[in-house]
Amino acid sequence: MRQVSTARVLTACVALITILIAVDSAIHVVMAQTPFGGPRPAAEPQVGGLVGWLLARQSEFYREISATIRAAKSDGSAVWTLLAISFAYGIFHAAGPGHGKAVISSYLVANQETAWRGIVLSFASALMQALVAVAIVAVGAWLLNVTAKTMCGAEKAIEIASYALIAAFGARLVWTKGGSFISALQTERPQSAVTAAHHHHDHDHHHGHDHHHHDHEHVHDEHCGHSHGPMPDELAGPGGWRRGLAAILTVGIRPCSGAILVLVFALAQGLFWAGIAATLVMGLGTAITVATIAVVAVFAKGVARHLSEGRDGGGALIMRGIEFGAAGLVLLFGAGLLFGYIAAERVTCL
Amino acid sequence: MSRKRPDVILTLRRLAFLVLLLALGATAAEAHPHVWITSVSELVYAPDGTLTGVRHAWTFDEMFAAYALQGIETKKKGVYTREELALLAQTNAESLKEFAYFTFAKADGKKQRFEDPIDYFLDYTNGQLTLHFTLPAKTPFKAKQLVLEVFDRSFFIDFKMADKDPVRLVGAPEGCKMQLQRPNDGSANAQALGEQTFADGGVNANFGMMFANKITVDCP
Repeated sequence: MRQVSTARVLTACVALITILIAVDSAIHVVMAQTPFGGPRPAAEPQVGGLVGWLLARQSEFYREISATIRAAKSDGSAVWTLLAISFAYGIFHAAGPGHGKAVISSYLVANQETAWRGIVLSFASALMQALVAVAIVAVGAWLLNVTAKTMCGAEKAIEIASYALIAAFGARLVWTKGGSFISALQTERPQSAVTAAHHHHDHDHHHGHDHHHHDHEHVHDEHCGHSHGPMPDELAGPGGWRRGLAAILTVGIRPCSGAILVLVFALAQGLFWAGIAATLVMGLGTAITVATIAVVAVFAKGVARHLSEGRDGGGALIMRGIEFGAAGLVLLFGAGLLFGYIAAERVTCL
Repeated sequence: MSRKRPDVILTLRRLAFLVLLLALGATAAEAHPHVWITSVSELVYAPDGTLTGVRHAWTFDEMFAAYALQGIETKKKGVYTREELALLAQTNAESLKEFAYFTFAKADGKKQRFEDPIDYFLDYTNGQLTLHFTLPAKTPFKAKQLVLEVFDRSFFIDFKMADKDPVRLVGAPEGCKMQLQRPNDGSANAQALGEQTFADGGVNANFGMMFANKITVDCP
């Protein structure tokens, strides 16, 4: 009986994490369907109410940015309006795709990270994102005065590099997490784990299987309940910050196309500094949203851990399974973006 | 050996499937458009009543216009002549190919294709940048009902047909009637799409269609 319920708890915990992502994707869909602030036909049941209203604002904020920069040319006080709009836009916009919240949240779940670290990662990656946008426009448009074609080409190259980075980052997570996961499986039920791994050549399992091949040598007896996977404390050690840096780079290298348009427009209006300020404030707004989602992800995992506690081998298996799943998500996400199966905020050069 | 293993394997498979589904589903296209285009379009007919092509005039929003004009050398600051914009117009015409010119035609339900644009140029007046170009039909065709849609399926660009005189029929046969359906007044369209896209397994696939400007021309 216990065995069946382990599978159930596993499903429940996965559901917990996925609900989070599902809500997130639902927001995307809803958001995607409300680009205008104008009145909506009553026949769209999924949009409306407070959420629909909030999401419609995002698009409006973006359109207001250009008008406000223009206004700031003659009226200095409009800069405050610009900053307020940019901040609000950043908060709403981060809920959309392409801002690395999927990567950061999955990374936090895959590793044994704290909420605090999630917040730091969110702010650091958003800041880097803003700085990359400023650097591209400062060097490309202001210093070198290149054409839009050249600049957009650079954006596209950075975009592809960032997708490759996400995939590589995900592959690395899958490699390590797959190892812990397979170990957990073997600890749980050594004999059948070996056969299962052989019979089911799932590509995901395969990595870890190869990687930890030597583990098959020392099979533990049934009473040995401890996990082979790294303990939480080991994962959140000093080396974790280096991994965190990889997460920041992966997410932060790709600037948001919206920020670049705002910056070039501000430069053309002779108010480059206002564009830079707007971009930084936008990043601050983005960071707040991403940090919130990251903290919820960490919390959700905490709940899953709590639920799985006390089931010696099984509990570890559940946690390793969740971590492995999150790692797989990053890899799939990166590969999907890289090979064009997912088109999230793709740079479009006209 | 035990009942447990298959359970776990089954659960893991479900998990993998779920993750896959989410990874793909969690990224529905654009959160919002970054470029706004106001279009004035002409459907050009030959004397024998066949449609030979579509002539677009696309005016960009001021933010994108500033971006597009970045780095273009001019004799007089802020004034861009057609010649000075020629290279940019060529870039535009060439890069639009990847997106099938955001123009999709169906003659009596049959998909029609367009050749590369001709007669393209950019015009900058009163701070507005407008791209003019003509898309010749690959094979000029006659249709009882022509449906022409202008939209970006990824919704990076928001197309809006101009408020005044958005579509003109040039040399169309006697008795042809044009009807324009704008994105926001077509609720039936949106609802059908909602169910269909989910059935198709991707909101991504065709989701800009909801924002399509649908031009229908019925000829006797």
